[in-house]
Parts: sequence; C-alpha cells; structure tokens
Amino acid sequence: MSAETTTPAVNESVSLFDADNPAPVIEPPRKRTKKTPKSTRTNFELYGWLFMRLSGIVLVVLVLGHLLIQLVLDGGVSKIGFAFVAGRWASPFWQAWDLIMLWLAMLHGANGLRTVINDYAERDTTRFWLKMLLYTATVFTVLLGTLVIFTFDPNIR
Amino acid sequence: MSTATLDKLEAEAQTSHNIKVTFRVRRFNPEISDEATWQDFELEIDPKERVLDGLHKIKWDLDGSLTFRRSCAHGICGSDAMRINGKNRLACKTLIKDINPAKPITIEPIKGLTVLKDLVVDMEPFFQAYRDVMPFLITKGNEPTRERRQSAEDRERFDDTTKCILCAACTSSCPVFWNDGQYFGPAAIVNAHRFIFDSRDEAGEQRLEILNDKDGVWRCRTTFNCTDACPRGIEVTKAIQEVKRALITRRF
Ligand code: HEM
Ligand code: SF4
Ligand code: FES
Repeated sequence: MSAETTTPAVNESVSLFDADNPAPVIEPPRKRTKKTPKSTRTNFELYGWLFMRLSGIVLVVLVLGHLLIQLVLDGGVSKIGFAFVAGRWASPFWQAWDLIMLWLAMLHGANGLRTVINDYAERDTTRFWLKMLLYTATVFTVLLGTLVIFTFDPNIR
Repeated sequence: MSTATLDKLEAEAQTSHNIKVTFRVRRFNPEISDEATWQDFELEIDPKERVLDGLHKIKWDLDGSLTFRRSCAHGICGSDAMRINGKNRLACKTLIKDINPAKPITIEPIKGLTVLKDLVVDMEPFFQAYRDVMPFLITKGNEPTRERRQSAEDRERFDDTTKCILCAACTSSCPVFWNDGQYFGPAAIVNAHRFIFDSRDEAGEQRLEILNDKDGVWRCRTTFNCTDACPRGIEVTKAIQEVKRALITRRF
C-alpha cells in the first residue's frame, strides 16, 4: 500500500490481455459455493468454544501458581533441580496439579492452534497435514507427560 | 432580489467552498492487465460532498472507464460499500470533510471477494451465505385469517438486525472471512438473528443448527471489525454473541 502510484497502461500498445482474452482474476481463499454447507450436525465446535473459556479460567490459577512457585518463591529458578522436582511429586496434590495443568494446557493450546490453522491454511491438503502434525504432537506430549508424572521414581540412578 | 443576484451569490458560495482533493483509486481491468494499480485523480470539490460525488465527478468528467456500483446514492440499497482510507464504508454516506481531505483519499474494493473490475467485486459467495441461513419467515400450521400479531417487546427483540441492507461491509472487514470464505460471515449471522429472535418464526432451531456447524458462529473471534464497519450502526458482534448464547442455553 505504499506510494507505488502509476497510471494504468491504458495507452500501452503491447498488452498480453484484451477483451477476448482477459487476465485471470484473483479468487479469495476457499470461496463459498452452492455446495458449501456440508452439515455435520454435531456440537463439537460449541464444546470446543466453551472448553477454551472454561479451561482458560482454570489455567489462570494453575499456570500463574506454577510460574510463581517455579520462578519467584524460595530463590527462584536456581532452586530447581532433581531433588526439588522429586520433593514436589512426592505429594499427590502437586502430582494432580501438574497433571491437570498438563492436560488442560495441551488441549487448550492444541485447540487454539487448530483454530489458527483453520484460519490461515488455505489449501485443504496443507490444512489436513498441519492438523495431523498438531494432533500427533499433542497426543505424544500428553501421554509422555502423564507417564512421567505417574511413574516418576525419585531413586533413579 | 433578482434571480441574477441570487445566481451570482450561489455561484460565489459554490466556488469559495471548493477544495482540492486527491482520490487514489485502486484500478483493475483484466482486459488490460493482470495487476491492480493505484491511480490518482485531482478534484475540485466541496468538502461537504460525499465520496460518491467525487467518484461521479471522475466517471463523468475525467475517466469514464472507472467502474463502481451504486444505485440509490442514499445509504439504502447497499451497493457501494468500499474500502475508503482503509475502512469499509458506503461511498454515499461518507463526507469528504470527515476523512481528512488534506491527504490523498484511498479507495479500494472491499476485501475477501473476487475483484471483477476496479471497485466491483463478485458478491455471489456473500449472497450464497445469506441464502444458506434461510432469511425468510417459516411457520407451521394454517395461515391465520388476519395478520400475524406481535407485541411491541417481541418486535423490539430483533429490531437492530432488521436494519441490514446487505452491503457486505461487515463480512468483508472480517479477518476470518478474508482467510477462509467458507465462514458464513457476520452479515449472514445478522440476517439469521433477524428471524431466530422473531416470535412469529418457527424455524429458529434449524437456523441455529446451521450456525452451530464448523463454519458458523464459533469461528467468530470477536474482533469487532464488523460492528465498526456497519454503516447502519447495527451492533453486529453483539448479534453474533446472542446467537452463540442461544446455542449454549439451548444445550444446557
Ligand atoms: C493463562 C490463562 C489462559 C487463558 C485465560 C486463556 C484463554 C483463552 C481463550 C478464551 C482463547 C479463545 C480465544 C478465541 O476464541 O478467540 C484462547 C486461545 C488460545 N490459547 Fe489460551 N488461555 C490461557 C492460557 C493458555 C496457554 C497456557 C496456552 C498454551 C499452551 C494457550 C494457548 C492458546 C492458543 C494457541 C489459542 C488460540 C489463539 C487464538 O485463538 O487466536 N493459552 N485462550
Ligand atoms: S450488518 Fe451492516 S455492514 Fe453488514 S451487510 Fe448489513 S448493513 Fe452492511
Ligand atoms: S448507493 Fe445505495 S447504499 Fe450507497
């Protein structure tokens, strides 16, 4: 949108295009057509939308509390070590905290990224593969995190 | 007073108020080039005139090839929504004095729809979304012998959304629609709202079901671009939120 002001090539003698051979127009991404509404009749998007707000509220407490404990209280980051983690995960309370935070943040973040992909990826194949990558990464991280929280062994050598 | 004096006075008033403005118009003609370009037009015009009058001046006096839509010229038909100084407005409701005529005034077609020529876009996808929400009264049973009565409060419930003139200023200001034309867009939701909350209508459920789907209201990100753009002053984002709320309260 800069000042690339030019007069159009009205009088130009050599032009690639004319009335019988017009230039291609630029179509917007994924245009609506008569066939567009392929109704799925589920409430998935409704629940997704609600989940973002509800998990967001819980995450405010969980994430801010987490950051406070990890980074501010008791000497900040320097205190974090194997012993610190082992000490906290000895308590079922912190285990539950971290587990809920893991699941909520992952699902919240994944659903948020799904929205971003839906908004920005124009081609259907690009959309599909980006979402597959996202879902794979989400499932992997959630399962691995859950496994670690439940099977953590403080006496590991 | 003789008419000659009046005429002279009028002529003086005319000339003394005129100012110089530059209209910087986004031109595109597929019969000449595949690229859109900016073209400047210098005009002498009364700042109390509208952008549409400036476009008329260009088309009638300077360059007859300039192509744009307009019909009523009084903010009723909804044909001349365009991007003026980066904001969607009706050219026939925008006074030149209100949009800083000291600088060049940029005029572009609305975004998110195929540009056919200059300021004319293909409105078909926009109207397809409109048709898809069934914007007409649907009732069951026998027709009443007299009119369908409605209380003043019931009429008030959807008053705001009856004002839509289908200009597409809202839909073409929505970033979700720019990136994905499958989204119904604010205008279709506004017109669904008009019937969903009409006490005489009996197909609210069906319309809610249509807007509950993946390209319906849940794609709205509450950016308020639509409310800012609407030349009729409709609270578009609020209407969308009311449809969302109706969907949620219907479930729970
Ligand atoms: C601190 C508490 C949090 C709150 C209150 C919150 C709230 C929200 C809400 C309401 C949305 C939906 C926005 C919309 O639909 O337009 C959202 C989107 C999103 N959230 Fe969160 N969230 C929080 C934490 C997080 C965390 C920890 C992550 C990362 C794991 C995250 C990642 C995202 C992403 C990627 C989106 C999509 C972005 C977008 O829609 O533009 N959020 N958040
Ligand atoms: S809601 Fe307003 S901006 Fe949108 S189409 Fe109707 S009149 Fe135009
Ligand atoms: S020309 Fe009819 S709304 Fe502007």
